[in-house]
Amino acid sequence: MAGLGGRMSTVVKAKVSKLLDRAEDPAETLDYSYQKQVEQLQNVKKGIADVVTAKKRLQMQETSLQQNVVKRQALSSGQEDLARTALERKNVAQTELQSLDTQVAELEDQQQKLTDSEQKLRAKIEAFRTKKEVIKAQYSAAEAQVRISEAATGVGEQMADVGLAMQRAVDKTENMRARADAVQELEAAGTFEDVGSLGSGEDDIDRQLKQLSSQPAVDDELAKMKGELGAGTGSPPTPAPQIASGEGGASGGQPAEGAGS
Amino acid sequence: MIVRISGENQYRLDDGERERLNELERAVIVRVDAGDEQGFGGAYQALLEFVRANGSPIGEDEIETSDVILPPSDLTLEEAGREFTGEGLIPD
Repeated sequence: MAGLGGRMSTVVKAKVSKLLDRAEDPAETLDYSYQKQVEQLQNVKKGIADVVTAKKRLQMQETSLQQNVVKRQALSSGQEDLARTALERKNVAQTELQSLDTQVAELEDQQQKLTDSEQKLRAKIEAFRTKKEVIKAQYSAAEAQVRISEAATGVGEQMADVGLAMQRAVDKTENMRARADAVQELEAAGTFEDVGSLGSGEDDIDRQLKQLSSQPAVDDELAKMKGELGAGTGSPPTPAPQIASGEGGASGGQPAEGAGS
Repeated sequence: MIVRISGENQYRLDDGERERLNELERAVIVRVDAGDEQGFGGAYQALLEFVRANGSPIGEDEIETSDVILPPSDLTLEEAGREFTGEGLIPD
């Protein structure tokens, strides 16, 4: 078969010869490589499972984001540019998530194919073992060697193909992990607000909104202080308790009763 | 001849199918050369579908070395640019 071009065939053939060239006992080599591949497959599956989890988490956050955007729009009524930024970020994250969703589905499909291929490989290794014995019984030692080596090449091809498919799955998984991280970064920038998060869940938009809403409060306070100063007394105004009183109150001994917030 | 679709299966095809296979492959190459992403997807799937439909799958306990190894079905146009070069994958 002359003229067989294509990288795929070249790569597979190279892998097969690398696998079998130095093999004294092809059956043993195939068994050993098969075991290694099964282990690798476990890692591939774990990688895929991680990506699926990341995707699900992001999707849940997306739902809370939806609610958040509505909230923001209400908050920022009159603040069109802020609402716009929030919406734009939401859209970017949403588009990314949708494409991630499709790709993860493809990856899960590939995982199934990988499992199937691995089973096929197992069956071929078994077949090889049987065939080897038959060949040994039928042919002279030299002829048997050639035929066994041919059969081993056939099994090696299946093995190389499973290896390539796994590599491909790993590359895809890496790529998707990176994209999930990117969506996560959008989240960190405040695209999402995880309702249950321990942090403030604030982002720059929140801060700007807060600033806007706190501006009148600052003005009010200033006016109040000015009024008090105008009233004439020298005693400094007692500020409201700065530390929110804990529920138990077991910490400090000071009652510090007064204006409850 | 024996054709493998990478990541899927090996198929035994009648030697008489070679010409049709070549035609389908040429259609893929044209799309790859033109950088036609959509056309490429369709053309490549058509090639694979032809193999699946006209070939008989090699049994699990059969051991064969492939004459042709076709890249997996999720091959991208960019990857195809590296695969399908010159005379292509399927020998005349």
